[in-house]
Amino acid sequence: MVEMIESLLTFIGFPLWMQSVIIILLKIVVILLPLLGVVAYFTLLERKVIAYMHVRIGPNRVGPRGLLQPIADAAKLMFKEIVIPSGADKPLFLIAPIISMAPALAAWAVIPFEAEMVLADVDASLLYVLALTSVGVYGVIIAGWASNSKYALLGAMRSAAQIVSYEIAMGFALVGVLMAAGSINLGDIVTAQQGGVVHWFWLPLLPLFLVYFISGVAETNRAPFDVAEGESEIVAGFHVDYSGMAFAVFFLAEYANMILVAMLAALMFLGGWLSPFEGIGFLSGTFLAAPSILWLFAKTSIFMVLYLWFRASFPRYRYDQIMRLGWKVFIPITIVWIAVVGIAIVAEIGPWFATNTGVTG
Amino acid sequence: MGKMLQILKSLTLSELLGGMGVTGRYFFKRKFTVQYPDERAPISPRFRGLHAQRRYANGEERCIACKLCEVACPALAITIESEQRKDGSRRTTRYDIDLTKCIFCGFCEEACPVDAIVETRVYEYHGESREDLLMTKERLLAVGDAHEAQIAADRAADARYR
Repeated sequence: MVEMIESLLTFIGFPLWMQSVIIILLKIVVILLPLLGVVAYFTLLERKVIAYMHVRIGPNRVGPRGLLQPIADAAKLMFKEIVIPSGADKPLFLIAPIISMAPALAAWAVIPFEAEMVLADVDASLLYVLALTSVGVYGVIIAGWASNSKYALLGAMRSAAQIVSYEIAMGFALVGVLMAAGSINLGDIVTAQQGGVVHWFWLPLLPLFLVYFISGVAETNRAPFDVAEGESEIVAGFHVDYSGMAFAVFFLAEYANMILVAMLAALMFLGGWLSPFEGIGFLSGTFLAAPSILWLFAKTSIFMVLYLWFRASFPRYRYDQIMRLGWKVFIPITIVWIAVVGIAIVAEIGPWFATNTGVTG
Repeated sequence: MGKMLQILKSLTLSELLGGMGVTGRYFFKRKFTVQYPDERAPISPRFRGLHAQRRYANGEERCIACKLCEVACPALAITIESEQRKDGSRRTTRYDIDLTKCIFCGFCEEACPVDAIVETRVYEYHGESREDLLMTKERLLAVGDAHEAQIAADRAADARYR
């Protein structure tokens, strides 16, 4: 496919540097367009799933079974006025949603969808993802500050404190993963999990897996950790004063981040594109045992639905409880388990660490 | 010891999983939603909706201007003025119900000795100004004329209990 486009571009007569720019841009479009589509329909899925858990039906008026609802929402938001409060810091107010959105999308550059299917095969891609997800908090803080409103500022402060706290637990959980895999390249991490369900890292790293996903929920400011928005306490938190498309961009960023965290969890703990039927005798050689991008999507959607399930099930944590959970529970657990993983690697325990890592050799 | 057990139990996330189990079960339950314009919830014969004034079969209005409803009304929403007609009977010249005051308690209906003022099943109406929500005698009679069959059926259905 890429070769075809390359030869076409040469045929048209683009210089070489321009060709690679065009191809990279095309790749970005190929990743981002479906992603934004998924984000749009994720909002519909969320409303439907939560409605079903509330014993309601959910949106079903726009289009068959409500399937055009996200499109109607998008059209509405695009035509709404972007109100800028008179006390707001105008440039910052307008930059904030962009700062929120850009890292959420940029992180997708290093996500491998299949063995060779990755936009930028960076060696330290895990580090890159971690760095970019942390940058996202600036969007929230700047939005809260620039709105010049006490509710927005409160939401921003809460969000900053929360994200900084959970970043540590999340980082430690990822340290466990990279120790077990012996690499911080996401593709290598997935290949290190080869060999069926029990070889995936969710089992040997179970506590880290739980800590990672729960901190992921906290990182994306989702219920039950949504004190940054907390509509019953501070209206809508950092984005109270945003309207129209500026608000929609925050929304898109939040959902893109949710999908990102879900996909990272699938890649690092559930074996990414590897098949769950791998290594089962009578299935080997069939399409069920073959690694496929579809497995990755299936695993990602499990986590995406979990997000919605959490939101329908749990009441919001109190602020001090969030801090207690992050600092006093998650960080000790991850540190202990990193020690356990380290010992297991040195002692070459189990089928998981001995064969796969380059660390022991 | 109890505290240790408590900590271990919380680490298994058992209560959180239990909570998710509840919401998970409800996911598959039959939904309660009544999709309103297409579907409607059933209405009792005693439903207290928009007011109406009834007539006898010969076309004579039932109301005899006894003003019991005016007295019974806890919201003072009813205003009645009366006169003696040429045939000697007492009738209203003015019978207003201010729906912006009315609390739909049904006391007027209970007080009425001749079943003249009733509350119907009509609940889909609106007003775009305050005047629209002032039910004059003419408008009350018009509502009564439009829904007489339903009103009579509802009174008959409830007659045993009155």
